[in-house]
Amino acid sequence: MSAVDVTVAPRVRTRRRMLLRLGRRPMAVAGLSVATVFVVAAILAPLVAPYDPADTNFGSVLQGPSASHVMGTDDLGRDVFSRVVFGARASLEAGVLATLLAMVVAVPLGLVAGYYRGWWDPVISRATDVVLAFPFLIIAVGMAAIFGPSLRNVVVALGVTAIPWIVRVTRGEALALREQDFVRAAIANGAGDRTILARHLLPNMAGTLLVQATVWIPQAIIGEAVLSFLGLGVQPPTPSWGSMLSAAQPFISLDAWLALFPGLAIFLATLSFNLLGDGLRDILDPRTRR
Amino acid sequence: MRGHLLRRAGASLIVLLVASVVVFAGVRALPGDPALALAGEDRSARALTAIRAKYGLDQPVPVQYVRWLGHVVRGDFGSSTRTGLGVGSTILDRLPVTLELAFLSLLVAVGLGVSLGVLAAVRRGSVADYAGSTAALVGLSVPHFWLGLMLILLFAIGLGVLPASGFVPLFADPIDNLRHMLLPAVVLGTGFSAVIFRQTRAAMLESLSTDYVRTARAKGLAERQVVGSHALRNSLLTVVTLIGLQLGQLISGAVVTEQVFVLPGFGKLTLDAVFQRDYPVIEGVVLLTTVGYVVINFVVDLLYSVLNPRIRVAEDAT
Repeated sequence: MSAVDVTVAPRVRTRRRMLLRLGRRPMAVAGLSVATVFVVAAILAPLVAPYDPADTNFGSVLQGPSASHVMGTDDLGRDVFSRVVFGARASLEAGVLATLLAMVVAVPLGLVAGYYRGWWDPVISRATDVVLAFPFLIIAVGMAAIFGPSLRNVVVALGVTAIPWIVRVTRGEALALREQDFVRAAIANGAGDRTILARHLLPNMAGTLLVQATVWIPQAIIGEAVLSFLGLGVQPPTPSWGSMLSAAQPFISLDAWLALFPGLAIFLATLSFNLLGDGLRDILDPRTRR
Repeated sequence: MRGHLLRRAGASLIVLLVASVVVFAGVRALPGDPALALAGEDRSARALTAIRAKYGLDQPVPVQYVRWLGHVVRGDFGSSTRTGLGVGSTILDRLPVTLELAFLSLLVAVGLGVSLGVLAAVRRGSVADYAGSTAALVGLSVPHFWLGLMLILLFAIGLGVLPASGFVPLFADPIDNLRHMLLPAVVLGTGFSAVIFRQTRAAMLESLSTDYVRTARAKGLAERQVVGSHALRNSLLTVVTLIGLQLGQLISGAVVTEQVFVLPGFGKLTLDAVFQRDYPVIEGVVLLTTVGYVVINFVVDLLYSVLNPRIRVAEDAT
């Protein structure tokens, strides 16, 4: 057996075992499948949507579902299904980018605070306390006031909200891992800080961080919908599930369908990521393993 | 205990000070020269200089910050650029609506979340447990403003039993007030109750498997007493912390719920201020929310150490 086999094989085997264990959870598999459908629909939106989401047709406004418009049309005669499909882009963009942004900022901070301790730890912890002092919507309101409403600001506001929580989780993991024997052995072998952080701490907390990501993506999807609903996020005519709902509100007694489908889309997208996250947490997080 | 209290108070104060710097910097980052805005018609260099001198805009930034903080601490947030009314009194006018909404929502959330959470844990694996857990998952995934729209559709437009929007002051007509607040409180409370349900269930399962619960059962206590005064009491600790941590969510949720049900509260004020670029109001709202949030978290923290003697002792030992 070569040296490469020795180091790589166990990890590959663990991953395969993880996938198998995930496959035995029907709810998690359902979550993964539905989430995949949303991701594919978002990427292939121009192919999936039967109409241009911006095409208005004043000859057929506020129509209920029919064969030509499966989800009906809105107050400008636009096809609701096409708008829901394109709306997935804004939602998933916000969900994924905000989570990525938070991870990129928070994980290094948490690692440094938990691994080096010293004066880093209290400084980083107090700084996260300051961010925690601002409720999510207040951050979003402040950003919209300063920079004007946009999807980019939604992503930043959601990302900033997630940062303190992910810093805390990463810090806790780093604190626990640095006391483990294999880290001490690595230090005794003369491994530098960078090696320890990148090769020993980070891979061992990957599972926890993955679970964190599946917690934050659905939160960010709802967050984007809320902000766009309030007019602080994606601006018309770009379709977004939240702004579609706010446009539907005045017509709710005339055409209930209009408010139904974008909300269902938010619900299903969020539910699928939550199911996936619950499944992953049961598998990966030893604290909830019973 | 006193050391712990002082340390927490100190930490909260530092957080507040830094937060005030952030808000001050944010207001300064807003587009537009305030002197130009104040000058109105007369935009000559002399007039602008006079205005800058009058409002201290020619002073170094740290001096401006200290002056600003001095005003803010005395409750002087300036006046709304839209209405000309004081920001402090405008916010105080709107606050009762939001506080009532938050209080009723918490009632719904804690009532549903704790009782169902205890039931699910005690009857683990039963139909009630699965039903509760499924409902919680749905509750976590439903965007509550959409739930609001659907409930309006059902109860206001479909059945016509509850008003779709609007607000009646509590003291003008308590019954009508509750009729208007019922749907908003249910909408805001149910999402929250899902989180509380999950936490209560997990905490109860943990404490039901501890030795002291086994001891309580062994000495022949009634199951009611075992669950009520042994397991639940210890589980409530984590639930209290969770509620404190979730208050920011409640504030955010209130803003959205007020928008859906057209309630003239704090959240509606905030959004209107953003869309009308009413900067003094935005500043006051952000600052007051932050202060309120930090203070509430401090109180929750105190409550936690009062409820949990272990924390008290451990903190004193360090």
